[in-house]
This record gives sequence, C-alpha cells and structure tokens, in this order.
Amino acid sequence: MRELTYAQALREAITEEMDRNPNIILLGEDIGVYGGVFKVTEGLLARYGPERVRETPISEAGFVGAAVGLAMTGKHPMPELMFADFAWVAADQIFNQAAKMRYMSGGRVKVPMVIRTQQGGGRGNAAQHSQSLETIFTHIPGLKVVLPATPYDAKGLLKSAFREENPIVFVEHKLLYATRGPVPEEEYTIPLGQAEIKRAGDDVTLVSLSRTVLHALEAAEEMAQEGVSVEAIDLRCTVPMDLETILESVRKTNRLVVAHESHRRLGIGAEIAALVQEHAFDHLDAPIERVGAMDVPIPYSQPLESQVLPGVDHILEAIRRVIV
Amino acid sequence: MNLDKRDLLQMYKMMLLIRRFEEQCVEFYKNGEIRGSLHPCIGQEATAVGACYALRKDDYLTCTYRGHGQALDKGLDPKEAMAELLGRSTGCSKGKGGSMHFTDPDVGLLGENAIVGAGAPIAVGAALSAQLDGIDRVSITFFGDGAVNQGAFAEALNLAAVWNAPIIFFCENNLYSEMTPIADMVNIEQLADRAAGFGIPAVTVDGYDPVALYEATLAAVDRARSGGGPTFIEAMTYRLVGHMIGDTEPYRTQEEVAEWRARDPIHAFPQRLVDEFGVSQAEIEAAQAEVEAQMAEVVRFALDSPWPSADEIAQDIFA
Ligand SMILES: Cc1ncc(C[n+]2csc(CCOP(=O)(O)OP(=O)(O)O)c2C)c(N)n1
Ligand SMILES: [Mg+2]
Repeated sequence: MRELTYAQALREAITEEMDRNPNIILLGEDIGVYGGVFKVTEGLLARYGPERVRETPISEAGFVGAAVGLAMTGKHPMPELMFADFAWVAADQIFNQAAKMRYMSGGRVKVPMVIRTQQGGGRGNAAQHSQSLETIFTHIPGLKVVLPATPYDAKGLLKSAFREENPIVFVEHKLLYATRGPVPEEEYTIPLGQAEIKRAGDDVTLVSLSRTVLHALEAAEEMAQEGVSVEAIDLRCTVPMDLETILESVRKTNRLVVAHESHRRLGIGAEIAALVQEHAFDHLDAPIERVGAMDVPIPYSQPLESQVLPGVDHILEAIRRVIV
Repeated sequence: MNLDKRDLLQMYKMMLLIRRFEEQCVEFYKNGEIRGSLHPCIGQEATAVGACYALRKDDYLTCTYRGHGQALDKGLDPKEAMAELLGRSTGCSKGKGGSMHFTDPDVGLLGENAIVGAGAPIAVGAALSAQLDGIDRVSITFFGDGAVNQGAFAEALNLAAVWNAPIIFFCENNLYSEMTPIADMVNIEQLADRAAGFGIPAVTVDGYDPVALYEATLAAVDRARSGGGPTFIEAMTYRLVGHMIGDTEPYRTQEEVAEWRARDPIHAFPQRLVDEFGVSQAEIEAAQAEVEAQMAEVVRFALDSPWPSADEIAQDIFA
C-alpha cells in the first residue's frame, strides 16, 4: 500500500470532502498561500479559491463565531485554530455557542462544523503552545472530539467528521505531521467513536490516544521482549467514547494502564479508570495506572519538558506496576 | 417615506404586542411561573419594531437576552415564545432555552444570546453564508451599548468589513450596561464613532422614533442587499424598567426615568399616527383590542401547555 504523511492524509481528506460537499468552507490564519503553518492546507487555495479557503484576521473568537453562523445557515465550515492553545481565545464561541446552540434551541438548529487544530509538546514550544486540551473539549457536552494517531486514521476520521452534522473538535498532534503510514488509494471512512486495537495482547490493556499511541506501541514491543503481552488500544475519539472495546479487553487482561499527553489530573485516564471500575470492578486484578503529563505548565528547557511529558519509560513503569 | 397608514398601524400593533407580552412576563416572573432572569425590553419596543419592519422574513437575525421584542417582530409566534418562558414542551425550544435563547430558524432567528457580544460574529457568519450563496439576504445583529467593549464584537466588525458582509450592526444604546453608565466605560461621545475605525459607515438615530429607525435600517438593508457591505446603527434608547426584575436602580435618577417615560413611544406613537397620518382613534382602539385578545390567547396557550417529558433531557445534543 502507498504511504502518506499524516499531513498529506489530512489534506487528502479535506480535498475529497471539499469536492464532495460544496458547502465546506475553510477559515483560518495563513491557511491560503502559505498552506497553514503545518502545510496541511497547501494548494487548497489554488484549487478552491479564496471564497472557500478564507484567510482570516487573527481573530479566533471572530472566525469561530462566524463559523457557527455559517453552520447554522447551511454551510459546513472548517475553522482552523493554528494551536489548540488558542482555543481559549475562542472559548466562548466553542463552548457556549457551538456546543450548546442545538440544545438551547430544542433541536431547531444544527451546527455542522469541524474545528481543526493541533496540540501537544515535545518541540520546546513552552507553556502557551504545547498544551493538550482534549479533556477540556470532552468535558463540555455538545462537542465530538477526535484525536487521530496515524495517517490512516487521520484521513478516515476527518472524512467522517465532515459527514457529521455536529460541531467536531478535530485535534491533531504537531509531532505527527511528518510521520508516515499506509493509506489506501480507495476511499474509506472510519466511524467516530470506535476505538481500535492497534496491537492485540493478553496480559495488560494499554489505552492511549493521539501521539501517545506511538509511545504505547513502543512500550508494548519492549514488554513483548520480556514476555508480557500488551493489548494496545487507540481510543481515537473521546466523544463518543468506545468504552465497550476497553471493557472487553479488561475482562480478558484484568489489568489496565491509560496513557495520554494531557495533564494527569482529571484527565481521560481518570475518567476511564472510573468507568472501568464501575463496569468491570470484579475483573480487575490490580489498581488501574494512569500516565499523563505532570500537573505543571509545559516547560521550555528540553530536559524539563521531557520529564513533564509522558514517554515510553513512564508507560513501561506503569505496566510493570500492574503486572507484579 | 414609503410607509402608509396600514404599515404604521401594523407597527403600532406590534409595538403594543411586545409591551403587553413583556408586562405579562413580569407578572409571570413575580408569581414564579418564569424562572432564571428576565430582561424586559419595556421602553425599547420602537427599536425592535422600526428595525425589523425593514427586514424580510428570510433575513437573518441575532439578538440578546433583551431580544423578546425583536424575536416576536421577526416572526416568532408569541404563543411559542410564552410557552418557552414557562418551560413548556410547546415552547420554541421545547423549554430547553428559556428567556435568553429564543431561536426560530424558520423566521431567520438564529438566537438570542446570553453572552454579551457573542451574537455579532455569528450574525457575520450568517451574512457570509448569504453572500456565498449569491442571495440578497441580509443579516442583522442587535446588541446593547455594553457589547461594544467586547473583543468578539470588535472582531466581528472587522470581519464584516474585510468580507464586505451584508450585515447591519444595530446598537441599542440604552445608556447603561446593566447598572453601569456606558459613558463611564468609553472615551467617545457616540458609540457609532467606533465604526469608523473599522471602515464601516455609521449613523446615530433617535431610538424612540419608529419611523426614523425604520428609515435608517432600510437604508442600511438596501446597502447590504446591493453589495454595499455593513452598516453600524446606533439607536439612542432607554429601558423604562430595571435591567432585570429586582433591579433597585440606584444608578439613575427618577427625573431621568420620568423624562424618557414622557416620551414613551407606546403612547407617543399612536398619538402621532392620529395627529400626522390620519389614523382615527377608532383604528387605534381596534388595534388595542386585537392585541388584548391575542395576548389572552397567548397566556391560555402557554398555561395549558404540557411540561416536557424527562426523556427530552438527553435529546437535541447532537443531530
Ligand atoms: C460576556 C458577558 N459578560 C457579562 C455578562 C453579564 N451581563 C449580562 S447583561 C450585562 C449588561 C450588558 O449591557 P448592554 O450590552 O448595554 O445591554 P442591555 O442589558 O443594556 O440591553 C452584563 C454585564 C454577560 N451576560 N456576558
Ligand atoms: Mg445597555
């Protein structure tokens, strides 16, 4: 199968969906001539013109708000937040407007939009350009939240996001854009809310998402050398969340580690731990382990940042704790 | 002026309906039928009526928690509006939105909004939608004086200007943002002056003159429909009641309230119709009787409506 980068896979998804649906409108900073600072929208201005690939002022609240208005009136906008950290600047429009409009209207309006953004650390971007915010997006009812880890998933999930009639927060990772992976030429989509077992195993269930999936797979490989069989599940979406796949795995392995790059405190790991003990308490043979970023702002200096963010070693330690 | 006697009577009837509707709301609020907070537009009916009379049904509109008048004027059924306020299943949002979230896409009402300034960028998006479709629809957003100091609002003005969006920014300057005089919160004389910095033409109008409001809005609507871009209208108005029920109003004098009350359009406008436009007293009285009858029906409908069932709770989150 041919290989694409994560960025290319995303671009292909956007292109196919824009060809398919003339109502898709892109809005964002530097997304046109420059193609976005991570080059995901490269070439789209030339292909679709400035009406559909709309360069905006540096006004996140303004253009996310405009996207809500576009969505409520028959368009399918894709506002791009250059860094997820800027979601705070547009927070009212995301959390109070996009997420609640349908509910507050008793179902009278729809808000079909895909807020594309990227998050995460590991590049020395410091505290205002390195956060992982899926917990925040997940906490507020009304948004679906998608975090692909591979080029294949990035394409299939983004295409599905565009086929939804709901506000979707589509969260990429800045260190994944250059990663490569198989992406078939034929069209495909991946339904939102389906986790994927990226590596099957019997001894420990390891749930992760976004770039942490790559760490998880590395850790699983290393444990295999030691004779421990890890089942690595990529959550892919936090809303809707595929709890069933996790429970099924835990009923088999009786041990669970959850790893993510967002802060550990009240993170997805905490939620999954709570859900699993509610639904599968009798199947657990060890306390659930959570791996996440330390609860501090993300520091700049390399040796500090690498300790704050969870890496393969942190995951290995957690696995070793649950198998004793 | 292109308003005839029939238009003017229609405007009066609408104004009166809004006033009676809001007075009924106050009553329902006081006896506990309406929950949360209620922000009546009593005293500001002329802006709703004057501006909305210049709109088509398919134009888009966003407004604020003080937007009952604009919502009704845009075409929201007062029965559904009142049922919404009482939290009933027949409400325009099935009782899930309440006073601050009237929405009716069938008449272009894209929502009242409880966040100051937030409706403006949404209305710009709707305007862009119409522009992209090549339809001569316009979008209007109503906001208070307080909204001009919100970042999202400034961003919306700029977006509308650079996109040449068919939108009218309609400021109801009632001199106070909640309990704070706007004069203390800006360093300009008229809020309309803000627009120049965004390259948007602006006009200040007497907010107690429905005809002047209609004409100013119509000019802005015509400009927007013909591709001339956004306009900022500042209507100088006044609420004759507190910000919300329970407001003790220490921030303004009785004299100031009395001065505006003396000009209350709900009395001044019908008088003017009689004096200047050949409307008879009998016609005014007929309009009043019609509104009273309609309101009786509105109240009965709302009170007779069922509560929403519990299985509604988790509905309408996703499409
Ligand atoms: C972002 C935000 N900040 C504060 C409030 C609380 N609040 C509600 S109404 C209001 C005053 C707004 O004044 P203005 O815009 O002049 O509108 P008016 O009530 O006079 O119609 C305030 C501060 C809010 N709803 N939203
Ligand atoms: Mg005010």
